[in-house]
Amino acid sequence: MTDNTLSAADVVLARRELRRRKLSAFLFVAPLLLFLLFAFVAPIATMLVRSFYNPTVANLIPETLEQLAEWDGNALPSDAAQAVFAADLKRLANERSSGKLAEQVNRVFPGSSSVIKSTARRMRRVEDADLQQQGRALLLQANARWGDPEIWKAMAKTGSVYTPNYYLTALDLEASEAGGIQARDGAKIYVTLYTKTLRVAFIITILTFIAGYPLAYYLANAPTKTANMLMVFVLLPFWTSLLVRTTAWIALLQTNGVVNSFLMGIGVTSSPFDMLYTQFSTVLAMTHILLPFMILPLYSVMKGIDPSYMRAAMSMGDRPIPAFLKIYLPMTLPGLSAGALLVFIISVGYYITPALVGGTDGQMISNIIAFHMQQSNNWELAAALGSLLLAIILVLYWVYDRFVGASNIKLG
Amino acid sequence: MKHLPAYFTFWHIFGHYALKWTAFTVLAFLMLPILIIVPLSFNAEPYFSFTEGMIALDPEAYSTRWYAAIFSDQKWLLSIRNSFLIGTMAATLSTILGTIAAVGLSSPVMPFKRLITALLLSPMIVPLIIVAAGMFFFYSRFNLVGSFTGLVIAHAALGMPFVIITVTATLSGFDRSLYNAGISMGASPLKVFWDVVIPLIRPGVISGGLFAFVTSFDEVVVVLFLAGPEQRTIPRQMFSGLREQINPTILAVATLLILISVSLLVALEILRRRSERLRGTAF
Repeated sequence: MTDNTLSAADVVLARRELRRRKLSAFLFVAPLLLFLLFAFVAPIATMLVRSFYNPTVANLIPETLEQLAEWDGNALPSDAAQAVFAADLKRLANERSSGKLAEQVNRVFPGSSSVIKSTARRMRRVEDADLQQQGRALLLQANARWGDPEIWKAMAKTGSVYTPNYYLTALDLEASEAGGIQARDGAKIYVTLYTKTLRVAFIITILTFIAGYPLAYYLANAPTKTANMLMVFVLLPFWTSLLVRTTAWIALLQTNGVVNSFLMGIGVTSSPFDMLYTQFSTVLAMTHILLPFMILPLYSVMKGIDPSYMRAAMSMGDRPIPAFLKIYLPMTLPGLSAGALLVFIISVGYYITPALVGGTDGQMISNIIAFHMQQSNNWELAAALGSLLLAIILVLYWVYDRFVGASNIKLG
Repeated sequence: MKHLPAYFTFWHIFGHYALKWTAFTVLAFLMLPILIIVPLSFNAEPYFSFTEGMIALDPEAYSTRWYAAIFSDQKWLLSIRNSFLIGTMAATLSTILGTIAAVGLSSPVMPFKRLITALLLSPMIVPLIIVAAGMFFFYSRFNLVGSFTGLVIAHAALGMPFVIITVTATLSGFDRSLYNAGISMGASPLKVFWDVVIPLIRPGVISGGLFAFVTSFDEVVVVLFLAGPEQRTIPRQMFSGLREQINPTILAVATLLILISVSLLVALEILRRRSERLRGTAF
């Protein structure tokens, strides 16, 4: 036998060559990685940071917060601290940014918004020297609420730059007086919404399975020519704009829409059903939109299954349904898990369709995030809600990558 | 399918027809909502449903007024121009970066392949509302909110996964010895890439680009957060139309968009066949 091992020098050369090839492969990917880092990863990171980092109040009244740090939190802050705050308020009023402070403090201590804004307007007309000497009296004169330690506590609380408060709110919790965590009074808004979103996504996944599995099976076992022709009816909706498909459902389901006119025309009902702007319309439209994501992976897996397995099982005396459950179904599991996970992941984060056909009762977690971004301007809470949603998605994506492989996503 | 085997029992035959009818019902469920838009867009009345005249096929009940309305409305014209402009630029950017990256990714020695692939495909998975909110925070630092540049960058990132998927799929049928042959003849990797790889994978690259274009053309959540009135696109205009004043102009636009989808589908099918021929898998 000849000696096939490489000499030491050859090993070094081979290693160097491999390293060079690895580097060259990586250099091809590098421009895209850099681009995505800026365009996609950094924005998401900014959002994550925003969910626990809020320097607004710390930037608005830095000197007051320094004074409040020495305060024990029991009685009112010292006269000096109050005078500093009165001066800070005057400066904010002149900069026209007292509204920002009012908005932030109001989130922690409802009702304080008007107190802060009106006091700021009063402080604007006072001389600096007076503020320094009788700040406390002037504040009390402007509004009696400044005699309440609670409003000062709220200010100290919003002053901390890093805060878990938005996550607590997003989970329907709050920090208690004693420093522990307790359930927030009132309705469990956000936890209910997360549960509802997951439930709706689950229902949609089941529905796409029920509708998609038989169709994929039929297409996979039909003659190639028929299958290719019928496949167009799956791919065309897949390629049609989301808004077109949502528009179609609005035209179909609205009070004077196609479905109601038809039902009234054939005499099933005398008054129209309220189908649009409900959870029902959201589920129906989303099932329609996401169905191709279930059918395509199932079809490509079923296409590769040899029909003789089923025939063999049946010729050995097994009945069709047990044979199907024992032989065929397990072989389609890769396609089924790919389709189901994809449909579930996409529907958990859906925004457009619930926003347009959902009404109040079809809203999902994405819609409340958009609400806090656009209407209530509570960006930090939106970021915390978004981070929790992202965590759910990433766990699902990890499962998907492990069991299906991210690069196996099929596009028809 | 017509000649069922003679040994089939009643339940075999029942199962066969039940499957067939289920399949056709699901196909109808997929297609009918889309098809129904087309006749509705020719409604002479400002409604979203069939009038009695339409059902009686009275020519008076049909009109093309909603199509005329699109082309006389400055907002729609601006949206159409913007959608094509942003879509083309975003698709070009993601096709160039995505194709180069796909070549690296399909190398057998690519380090951290699984992790990097998962990262590159993640724009497809992360909910758009999260992407849009994050971009709104981050892009505003660079004055990219309310600008075309910002939208093009955002849409290029969102279309990237589709380019990666299509081009890596094409490359999986690519004979790497052609690449190695070029290198061993002394050409630089870039020259081999340009002169050997690109011509062979061109159909895959073009379909990736089409996917990226459609992604941008259809995207509305990021546009809602990043675009100013000057950057409104077709989906953005449809979104506000559906929320504020529903009228059949939206149905006419939808019909035109369906036509675009049909032509894209045809283009992709031609490209797929061409790609199979080039890779020699068609025989």
